[in-house]
Amino acid sequence: MSSTDISINQDVHHPHEEHDHHHDQNFFEKYIFSQDHKVIGKQFLITGIAWAFIGGFLSILFRLQLGWPEATFTFLEPILGGWIVNGKLNPEFYLALVTMHGTIMVFFVLTAGLSGTFANFLIPLQIGARDMASGFMNMLSYWIFFLSSIVLFVSLFLESGPAAGGWTVYPPLSALPQAIEGSKGGMTMWLISMALFIVSQLLGGVNYITTVINLRTKGMSMTKLPLTVWAFFLTAILGLLAFPVLFSAALLLIFDRSFGTSFYLSDIFIGGAALSNTGGSPILFQHLFWFLGHPEVYIVIMPAFGIVSEVITTNARKPIFGYRAMIGSLIGISVLSFVVWAHHMFVSGMNPFLGSVFMFLTLIIAVPSAVKVFNWIATLWRGNIRFTAAMMFAIGFVSLFISGGLTGIILGNSALDIYLHDTYFVVAHFHLVMGAAAFFGMFAGVYHWFPKMFGRLMDEKLGYVHFWLTFVSVYLVFMPMHYLGIAGFPRRYYAWTGFETFNFFTDMNTFISIAAILGFTAQFIFLFNFIYSIFRGRRSTANPWHSNTLEWTTPVLPGHGNWPGPLPTVYRWPYDYSKPGAAEDYIPQTVPFSQTQSSNLPQERDLE
Amino acid sequence: MISFAIGLSVVLLLTILFLLFRIGTLVSIFRGSSQRAVGTTKTSNKINSTLLLLFLLVGGAAFAWSFADSWQEMNQPLASVHGDWTDSLFWTTMIIIGVVFVITQILLFWYSYKYKHQDDKKAYYYPHNNKLEIVWTMIPAVVMALLVFAGWKTWTKITSASPEDAVVIEVMGKQFSWMVRYPGPDGVLGDAKIPLVDATNQMGVDFSDQYALDDFMPREIHVPKGKPVLLKIRAQDVIHSVFMPHFRLKMDAVPGMPTKFWFVPTKTTYEMQNETGNPDFKYELACAEVCGRGHFAMRFIIVVDEPEDYEAWVAEQVPFVEEHPEILTKAETTPAKELVAKNGSGDKAEEVKTAL
Repeated sequence: MSSTDISINQDVHHPHEEHDHHHDQNFFEKYIFSQDHKVIGKQFLITGIAWAFIGGFLSILFRLQLGWPEATFTFLEPILGGWIVNGKLNPEFYLALVTMHGTIMVFFVLTAGLSGTFANFLIPLQIGARDMASGFMNMLSYWIFFLSSIVLFVSLFLESGPAAGGWTVYPPLSALPQAIEGSKGGMTMWLISMALFIVSQLLGGVNYITTVINLRTKGMSMTKLPLTVWAFFLTAILGLLAFPVLFSAALLLIFDRSFGTSFYLSDIFIGGAALSNTGGSPILFQHLFWFLGHPEVYIVIMPAFGIVSEVITTNARKPIFGYRAMIGSLIGISVLSFVVWAHHMFVSGMNPFLGSVFMFLTLIIAVPSAVKVFNWIATLWRGNIRFTAAMMFAIGFVSLFISGGLTGIILGNSALDIYLHDTYFVVAHFHLVMGAAAFFGMFAGVYHWFPKMFGRLMDEKLGYVHFWLTFVSVYLVFMPMHYLGIAGFPRRYYAWTGFETFNFFTDMNTFISIAAILGFTAQFIFLFNFIYSIFRGRRSTANPWHSNTLEWTTPVLPGHGNWPGPLPTVYRWPYDYSKPGAAEDYIPQTVPFSQTQSSNLPQERDLE
Repeated sequence: MISFAIGLSVVLLLTILFLLFRIGTLVSIFRGSSQRAVGTTKTSNKINSTLLLLFLLVGGAAFAWSFADSWQEMNQPLASVHGDWTDSLFWTTMIIIGVVFVITQILLFWYSYKYKHQDDKKAYYYPHNNKLEIVWTMIPAVVMALLVFAGWKTWTKITSASPEDAVVIEVMGKQFSWMVRYPGPDGVLGDAKIPLVDATNQMGVDFSDQYALDDFMPREIHVPKGKPVLLKIRAQDVIHSVFMPHFRLKMDAVPGMPTKFWFVPTKTTYEMQNETGNPDFKYELACAEVCGRGHFAMRFIIVVDEPEDYEAWVAEQVPFVEEHPEILTKAETTPAKELVAKNGSGDKAEEVKTAL
């Protein structure tokens, strides 16, 4: 009897299964401790945006100092309190600002906010899965990240200030509380926050990899995956291999700080006393740190590669040029990213022979990067380009990636790095190539997938205004920084006026600061557009951009489980745009070749 | 009152902007442009594509102008042999990447402009071209190979062992100043150990070592023009970095791990004063690795003399032990070994010496 009952129940409930789930969820299950990848993606996005504003605001504070070194900042006292001493920014707080800006932007915004958002949101939707392999781990990943960001946020309010030794936290500066105020409680909290963050990244990464390998829908072979999924997949692999090394570096630093070990400390006299630590090496930390740190910049930029490839091909109405070369270059970059770390250490005192090896390996990575740029440009060639806001940001991304990437060829050359290391040339280089460019990739992604996230479109015109103000101010901020760098201006300087060698270009620094304020202000247009459009934006159709990938075959607002009926089956690659002979200028991946006989290519005839 | 007025006007401004935004939205609905696929309306396509082209032209011109305008200032005067090699390699590489920069940016913006959406057009289905892809993989590969080779040759020359006759100077970074030590007439730096550091003997020199007795510690660095100079670099507390911009020289100062860098100065301070037309010109040493509160203020002066002036200057210098005779008695009463043993870092200090 009972067995019949069960089967009847199953039969009755089957078509409504997704529906029932929905109704049973209370507010907390649905929006707070949700295990739905789409909600988790949105959680990452909103947290990321909040952090981006905090990180950006910190940069405006230190740009004020650099732009107007003689000015008094009493008007900042209500916000900064004791960090303003007699109207002057405290030099240690300046370093804390720089450190927090770097940490927040690299880890919380461009790692969690970028790949956390889009890998979560897009992987199941684009491979045709109901959700991530483990929804529970996915939820943990977000909440551990949230915890980690709370810890870092609280450290901003410590009396001794947050960590202040630069985002790279090189010991002994970060290991010794005598060396700088920020190495007291602030550094402890930084390390706890990072340890939690790494746990969150690993939970997420394992999930992304498993999902891509195991949960692809019928017909979705690896060579039919959209480039976004390829990028997220490889990014997750990089994270999984690199983050544990940062964890070990952080752990040893915790030991050195709190338990009297000497992994990084040796022969130190500080605060009027010689320390007993001996035998450690500060260089060891740099090796461990950059073994994560360099793949990390690709963890930041590769999701942007994927997003931009997708946005460009959709809006140019053309297949991405050289799909396999694009995958190949992603794999090439991923592999090479693990063997170039010591180019951050050419003048650290490392053996010069190692320097030449790493110079060789570093410059090789320019080849796959160049291939990607050429392929994007070739995709635009003879396209029929729709300038959506997302497309504007994608084009801006390519421009910024070229401008910032090329100077990498100079910095990767150890002989040239002697002079340019730790100058503003480096600052200009990485802000263009992995800072602003990754932000542009993120904006492109938000404008492009907003309709799938919230069922409404963002306002395009405000998007254009946002794009142009941002694009122009990014160039106005970072192009002049190259000149400062060529003139040798060192990084993380509170003021350059103490040196005759650097006592010029003051107007240029003021100019950069004004441009930075303009760029930061422009982000409020985005914030308004984002929040307004969630509630009042134009209602979207299921496939507003006429795109081929699977997420656009779901309803306007996909529910739990993504597709109301059975999962879609995939027949073709995602880039059949403007195929000759086809009725429309796009053919979604779910359309079998038998329905498109007029447009099939000779080799596709067999698949009909 | 004023802040209230400012606040009110900001609110009014935001309201006006919001109303404009609403009107714009309503107009687009009225015109029916909201019925078309996004990005295919004529006006926004025209505006955006024109702005892209304009950005290329105006931005390019502004970049060229600002570059030319800053040229004099951004090129720091040069005063070392290897700096000449790296400067020319730098500008050679800059020309190569400049060409790539100009070509790719022009193509990017021009294609974006030229191939903007037109209702009656269809994009060209062009998924790949293996020949083209091989070509544009090989070209960067070859260029990179050449650059690696040039860089490697220069780097090897710069980091090669210093000549035997190099003038040896020890540079030590500490929060937040530099200290230097010359070996004196015997040409050998005396031993130094961190546990020996105190208020007088700030470099921790072991004065029970015979070689240390003639070491002198001046307040500025003097080096002879045209002679190789070897800097032996160390740090006392955290990592610092010796940065001499005019000599295109940088090397980290790491506690527990001595480093070195050698160079040949090519112009005396006097010659540089004439060349730059600045009678107060001084070569400076700065810190390039974040080291704490005073990171931005670790200034030290370097003077390049004619070799004879340099010899005269060296002859004038008084050894540290003569300036501070009391330090010698201290060194005798508390032998270094005992002190070192007490602090437990003797072995490492020995290593430091041999490495130096």
